[in-house]
Amino acid sequence: MKAKLEEIRAKAQEELSKANAIETIEELRVKYAGKKGELTAILKQMGKLSPEERPVIGQLANEVRAFIENAVDTKKKELAKLMLEKQLEEEKIDVTLPSDMTPLGHKHPLSIVLDEIKEIFIGMGFEIVEGPEVEYDYYNFEALNIPKDHPARDTQDTFYITDNIVLRTQTSPVQVRVMEKKKPPIRIISPGRVFRSDAVDATHSPLFHQIEGLVVDKDITFADLKGTLETFIKRLYGDDSVVRFRPHHFPFTEPSAEVDVQCFSCRGKGCRVCKNEGWIEILGCGMVHPKVLANCGIDPEEYSGFALGLGLERVAMRRYGVDDMRLFYENDTRFLSQF
Amino acid sequence: MNLSMRWLKEFVDIGEIAPRDFSEAMTMSGSKVELFEKEGGQVENVIVGQITAIEKHPDADKLVVCQVNVGEKSVQIVTAATNVKVGDFVPVCMDKSKLYDGTPIKKGKLRGVVSEGMFCSVAELGVTVHDFPYAIEDGIFILQDDPDLKPQVGMNILDATGINDIKVEFEITSNRPDCFSVIGLAREAAATFNKELKLHTPETKSTGKSSEGMLEVKVHEPELCPLYSAKIIENVRVKPSPLWMRERLRAMGVRPINNIVDITNYVMLEYGQPMHAFDLRFIKDGKINVRLAKDGEEITTLDGIERKLSTSNLVIADAEKPVAIAGVMGGEYSGIMDDTTTIVFESANFMGSSVRLTAKEHGMRTDASSRYEKGLDTNACLPALERACELVQLLDAGDVLDGVIIDDNSKNEPVKIKFEKDWINHFLNTSLTEEEMKVILEKIDCKIEDGFVVVPSFRPDLVHKADIAEEIARFYGYNVIPSTAISGGAQGKYSVRQKFDMKIIDTLIAQGVSEIMTYSFISPKYYNKVMMPEDHPLRNSVVISNPLGEDTSIMRTTALPSMLEILAKNYNNRNEYAYLFEIAKEYIPTTPDKLPVEKNVLTAGFYGSDVDFFKVKGICEQVLSRSGVYTYDIKADNTQFGYHPGRCAVLTVNGETLGVIGEIHPTVCENYGINKKVYCFSLNVDTMFEFADLEKHYKPLPKYPAVSRDLAVICKADIPVIELEKAIKEGTGKYLESVKLFDVYQGAPILPGMKSVAFSLTLRSAEGTLTDEMAQNAMNKALKALSKLGATLRM
Repeated sequence: MKAKLEEIRAKAQEELSKANAIETIEELRVKYAGKKGELTAILKQMGKLSPEERPVIGQLANEVRAFIENAVDTKKKELAKLMLEKQLEEEKIDVTLPSDMTPLGHKHPLSIVLDEIKEIFIGMGFEIVEGPEVEYDYYNFEALNIPKDHPARDTQDTFYITDNIVLRTQTSPVQVRVMEKKKPPIRIISPGRVFRSDAVDATHSPLFHQIEGLVVDKDITFADLKGTLETFIKRLYGDDSVVRFRPHHFPFTEPSAEVDVQCFSCRGKGCRVCKNEGWIEILGCGMVHPKVLANCGIDPEEYSGFALGLGLERVAMRRYGVDDMRLFYENDTRFLSQF
Repeated sequence: MNLSMRWLKEFVDIGEIAPRDFSEAMTMSGSKVELFEKEGGQVENVIVGQITAIEKHPDADKLVVCQVNVGEKSVQIVTAATNVKVGDFVPVCMDKSKLYDGTPIKKGKLRGVVSEGMFCSVAELGVTVHDFPYAIEDGIFILQDDPDLKPQVGMNILDATGINDIKVEFEITSNRPDCFSVIGLAREAAATFNKELKLHTPETKSTGKSSEGMLEVKVHEPELCPLYSAKIIENVRVKPSPLWMRERLRAMGVRPINNIVDITNYVMLEYGQPMHAFDLRFIKDGKINVRLAKDGEEITTLDGIERKLSTSNLVIADAEKPVAIAGVMGGEYSGIMDDTTTIVFESANFMGSSVRLTAKEHGMRTDASSRYEKGLDTNACLPALERACELVQLLDAGDVLDGVIIDDNSKNEPVKIKFEKDWINHFLNTSLTEEEMKVILEKIDCKIEDGFVVVPSFRPDLVHKADIAEEIARFYGYNVIPSTAISGGAQGKYSVRQKFDMKIIDTLIAQGVSEIMTYSFISPKYYNKVMMPEDHPLRNSVVISNPLGEDTSIMRTTALPSMLEILAKNYNNRNEYAYLFEIAKEYIPTTPDKLPVEKNVLTAGFYGSDVDFFKVKGICEQVLSRSGVYTYDIKADNTQFGYHPGRCAVLTVNGETLGVIGEIHPTVCENYGINKKVYCFSLNVDTMFEFADLEKHYKPLPKYPAVSRDLAVICKADIPVIELEKAIKEGTGKYLESVKLFDVYQGAPILPGMKSVAFSLTLRSAEGTLTDEMAQNAMNKALKALSKLGATLRM
């Protein structure tokens, strides 16, 4: 019997080693270790053995069963592994084939840049307000210290609706509207469309966008204006930007300044980008004129403030290297999809 | 405003400063330099030569061969010019030289004879015969013909002719009329470079003859003309001005004409005070009346144009008629002529706004009017008049009569501003001493007296202490003032509405729709293009009274044409598809004296092979759902202009129109030249915001399984599916979780005029698993609700 058991072990081992399908292995398990298998058949004859032999043979039989089951298991795993490998091999694809992208829309480049500017100002504690695009002459000019016969009106070619209603030429009227409604402290920016009767060319458009900024509070100083704008420009153009403030004139601020940033291309030496000036004009700003504060019912002896105005198209043109402003309003999808 | 550096240096000794450094310093103190330019352009290696011999060219009739002494040597020049003779001093362009425009000149042969360069004309040196009136247009510049030129052989031509000034172009802001003059800019330069301003007091020598009785001046409108002064010059000797005057005028961009005209221009440039000269013969009765024009009066101005005057135009008139438009331009009739012997020099002050309006009315902005309109200093009239007369004597241009004829109504109270050192320091965040501030202010002629800053009359812009702060800041240095952060905390944030708009944009972008920006103004014709009915209320637009052109003449009441315009552009550019949107304003007029209502509208437009009505509807509904607008009605509508009458839906919420979705009318597509189906939708963002539910509430995830049941019914073909859906939603009861259409079928075996509609209903209870009976009950209820619409179960 012992010899028979050993024979079963050897046979099973041999046949298993030859098997190469899960089904064959299962068949072999049934054949040798199943309920009706050869091993069981032998064990059924255990009764014929002497009591001394029984435990010895019993133990051996268990060993053989364990051996077969173990071998079946191992073989199954081996085969499964092989099959998986085969499947993986068969499923191989050319990953360099083009991708299948879900088409997304694109934000307008002016919106992208505007969002960035908004984020910077929000980070500095500003809120965003909007005002009407068709505006009273009073808000667009008079309240801003530009009376009817003021020569500054000539430089802003205004579209008139009636004698008293214009298409706003600047976002500055929002300053007045905000100050009339809200008492200091005020910290706002106001982006939006503005209109001037400029014929369309690569650098002019009768419609463009400005971003107005206004801060009014007690003790606001010219140094605050400088600090705020320097921070803004460094966030927008990078920490290594060099900024300068240059005296200028706006009727609604005093002192007034234009802010230049050193040319990024030539670092101030003068090149084509900066028209050989070494500097690029970025924005206009100044301390809110006491008369403007008073016009809005804010006591200029108690409060002071600063205002700024920035052209969005120019910033976007510089940011993306767009050399023709018309592209922003032609909205060709080949242009829009670049941003 | 151009500035001659040569002239400037007469008033302020800034030494040999590089133009770039000068420009930089002036810009930083507030006088912005646009550009600077050296006279003479690219002229190089052109020198003075003297012709020593002229011979005929052996092989050319029209050429001569000249021997020219150029100093250390003699050169041979072949020329076709006919105005040269032996002994003439001429500009010689040597071998490897350059003309004004950069044209290179080289040694060469002309018909076999060597020419070692060429002679040149005034134009080739970048100047004109106005600058050098003794030279001729089409000939060689004969230097010694000009009595003021002292040419020396071998000299650089630019130095020999004085074409070596530096012109600096300033951007002068409208608040600084004083800087429209050499003296004004010299004052700024002196303050900038800490140098003394050397002013000159003009003086005329008495000729012993008085002008008394020759001219009478009466100002009838003292508000519009605070001061009018005049002097008379007899025995006028009209001739070219001397070189130094011509040089300065040229550098300032003014063309020299003759000594009298040049003097008026010279004084205007130097003092910023416009001058005018009349021929006394044409001042009828020797009377000057400064008055408003009378109805129907006319004048032919110096530019030869006959102009009808209006009663708001201030004129200089004689006893009968206008002889000049005050501050703008003189009359042709009374101007200086060849036979003029006695002239009147006018130096007057006119009110800026009046001059500005008159100049605008007649469309003639002149050097004079552009100065007057900014508001000039009445105190400049007399010194300028005196200066003009001094120049007449200096140039021997006539005999100046004694006495000034004047009507002076000016108020000369100087402006005084309280000097508040501490306020200024606080405002600027500086810590200057009173003395330091004083030094700065005195540089620009502001005096401190008894605690007040006394403002000079030529600075009308200084009225408030903030103005004084600016003067101090710009000379102290804007960039020396520290930069600080605003003190006090503040919360920056987007408003609820701004976040709402951002969500709409994000939802559109995520669905493949790109943002566009279009003009707010359109042509009224665009309404025809979108087939808006003639009597449609949206035809009433806000009209621009001075548009650039018809295409941009009204404010749009609908953004649809703008969208179609852009779709058409993309289509024409052969872009395969375009999915676009814009959130912008539509302008709805109210009353003429009130602002229009600016509606915020989302307009989207689509063409392309993957797009149809339902895809566009899906994008639209996705936007509504994502922005919290869940409840709204959709109804077919065949009345929307621009849209296909059978493929258009109107969305309403609470009875208010929310928007429109549809296929664009084929005729409209044709109007825009788009040979493809176009779909659009528009949503009123303000209405959306009003009805949006911005709060999100968590609903527990279901604990019990759902039951799915299908339901197919037959009904009349014209019943909109949404009605059936509504009936199911309302009738099925609380177990209905969702209902989804999965089939609509018309045709056999369904009877004509009928359709089969199949829905899949998902039923679920929060309390337990639904039994078959409960589900069947719910389905029966649904069927009952549908039967009210005449729908029967499809067997």
